[in-house]
Amino acid sequence: MAKLNMVQALNLALDQEMKRDDRVLLLGEDVGVDGGVFRVTDGLHGKYGGSRVIDTPLAEAAILGSAIGMALAGLRPVAEIQFSGFSHLIAAQLECHASRYRSRSQGIWNVPLVVRMPYGGGVRALEHHSESREATFAHFPGVKVVIPSSPRNARALVVAAIRDPDPVIFMEPIRSYRAFREDVPDEEEVMEIGKAQVIREGKDLTLIAWGAMMRPTLEAATEVQASRGAAVEVIDLLTISPLDVSTIAGSVAKTGRCVVVQEAPRSFGVASEIIALINDRTLLALEAPVRRVTNYDVVTPYFGRESLYLPDAERIREAVEETLDY
Amino acid sequence: MPLREIERFSISYLQVLDEKGNLDTDLEPKLSANELLRVYRAMFLAREADQRMLKLQRQGRLGTFAPCTGQEAAVCGPTLAMSPRDWFVGAFREFGGRLMRGESLAQALIYYNGYEEGNSLPASARTLPVAIPVGSQIPHAVGIAYAVKYRGEKDTAVVTFFGDGATSEGDFHEALNFASVWQAPVVFICQNNHWAISVPRGRQSHSRTLAQKAIAYDMPGVQVDGNDVLAMYRATREALDRAYAGKGPTFIEAVTYRLMMHTTADDPNKYRAEDEVKAWWERDPLVRFRRYLEGKGLWNETMQAAFEEEVRNEVEAAVKDLEGRAGFKPDAPFDYVFGTRHPVIEEERAEFLAALEKRKEAGHG
Repeated sequence: MAKLNMVQALNLALDQEMKRDDRVLLLGEDVGVDGGVFRVTDGLHGKYGGSRVIDTPLAEAAILGSAIGMALAGLRPVAEIQFSGFSHLIAAQLECHASRYRSRSQGIWNVPLVVRMPYGGGVRALEHHSESREATFAHFPGVKVVIPSSPRNARALVVAAIRDPDPVIFMEPIRSYRAFREDVPDEEEVMEIGKAQVIREGKDLTLIAWGAMMRPTLEAATEVQASRGAAVEVIDLLTISPLDVSTIAGSVAKTGRCVVVQEAPRSFGVASEIIALINDRTLLALEAPVRRVTNYDVVTPYFGRESLYLPDAERIREAVEETLDY
Repeated sequence: MPLREIERFSISYLQVLDEKGNLDTDLEPKLSANELLRVYRAMFLAREADQRMLKLQRQGRLGTFAPCTGQEAAVCGPTLAMSPRDWFVGAFREFGGRLMRGESLAQALIYYNGYEEGNSLPASARTLPVAIPVGSQIPHAVGIAYAVKYRGEKDTAVVTFFGDGATSEGDFHEALNFASVWQAPVVFICQNNHWAISVPRGRQSHSRTLAQKAIAYDMPGVQVDGNDVLAMYRATREALDRAYAGKGPTFIEAVTYRLMMHTTADDPNKYRAEDEVKAWWERDPLVRFRRYLEGKGLWNETMQAAFEEEVRNEVEAAVKDLEGRAGFKPDAPFDYVFGTRHPVIEEERAEFLAALEKRKEAGHG
């Protein structure tokens, strides 16, 4: 057991998976000698060599396109897209091929690969380095989308993603990379993809978030508990697609009130999907409209203004209180 | 300081058997009678099936498809050069090659009738399904070639096909670059059939040859008479041998012609002149190759007549097979979203099947 931050935990997972299975290889821009711009792959090039930790030319579509070929040929590629802001270049390969080989061939071909990408704001980065585009990928049938929130679950989920038989988009919250440390067991740990986690139980309201939003969400839950004794149930989504509908619906059926926190712009997002599933499954249990705390439907502002736009504990707390008082 | 030349490049053209039947015996590949007849039969079968499928499509008995007529040599020649260990990564106009890799006519008809059931050979055939977005399969070939090299598989390479239009796509350039940097065992075969739907080769690229695109990626590039099956075989054989020897990728431009429409959904009379098409019929790959076989005493009128009868029967049997098929599992798409079952998908499947049942009961099914 060691206290690791998310970068170290991911590095540990990649190292252990590479040691365990020589079909696993890493590819991407600057992932080799440099160890990745966030150092997630640090030291692995030295340990496993340039043919397993591949510094590719600078072309996102071909990183995924060639990874698809590797996966078809029986390898387990883990591709890194340097920032999710550049991930739109992989969209065609992901939608046209990675997600479809299984159905196109009725299971004869499959594409077990992982695309890791740092995402999200809060680190005062340049344009195109702060977006949250999980909804884009979640809309592609055949693709799984996973977003960890802590060192320990990041480690256990990336292992699951590597062993998964399908393409997994693994979005790593930049803001959480080095924000805190957590005990991470030395021995292997695998979490199941497709399962949300109730990380705090409560009977009065369900608060749902994922990725970097977990920290302000938990802060808001604690504040509301302290200020008015409300027991807020907090769900960490962990897998965006396919959604864990039963955990969400079960919790809302119990509490009757729900707030969803989403870093991305409001419209057509994951929060909208969650509200739709609540509507489908447990509408009559609701005692208040489900609220969304989100970014606004604007182009991601430059970092000078970004803190005004990103959901924070204060906005979350207000939405929770209003929903409790409704 | 005076300018000095630091590099000089050139592109060669390869032809073994021209349209008049002249043969360069120095370049003639040493192929057995079996091999020669195998490739001729595949080319002829592809042509006949193509024409029959066109009729079926016009009768509303088959969906949209992309005819391969005129391009049989450009694909079948390379496929003859490939071993079963080599990977075949095609686009959507490689019918003859797919037949040689083990696809059946019946299967092709199922695919063109709108069912996934017809789009895949067993994985052991190392032949990927049809890939429709132009050029998008080329990076897959490079990734497979990387895997071949990574695992140290001997005498194994990847052959990927695409058209002249694909050379404008980013996927093409990115894939050639990756293959070159990785020195991956892959053969790129561009079927330059002169038309990307309605856009002619000259407006697709200002480059005088497409083969010269290889130069930028520092790999051998050669322009080949794509209607000369012997030349296509020879060029691919050399490229495969280079790949097996660890000498990296090769780019082959096969100069051929799409004698039919892009797909059954367009009318080429709208964008190209009849004279041009006629001139290319004069260079029909089947005619010259048949004459070559006859000259070698491997083929004659009687054999041709018997073969035509055989092909007609085979095509009719495939059509019968398709039209007599009991039906396809309606909820199969739910089986192949993910490798493992998921409650959301299963719930939707149940909803779909219930709706279907209801419709059947109401007599709309």
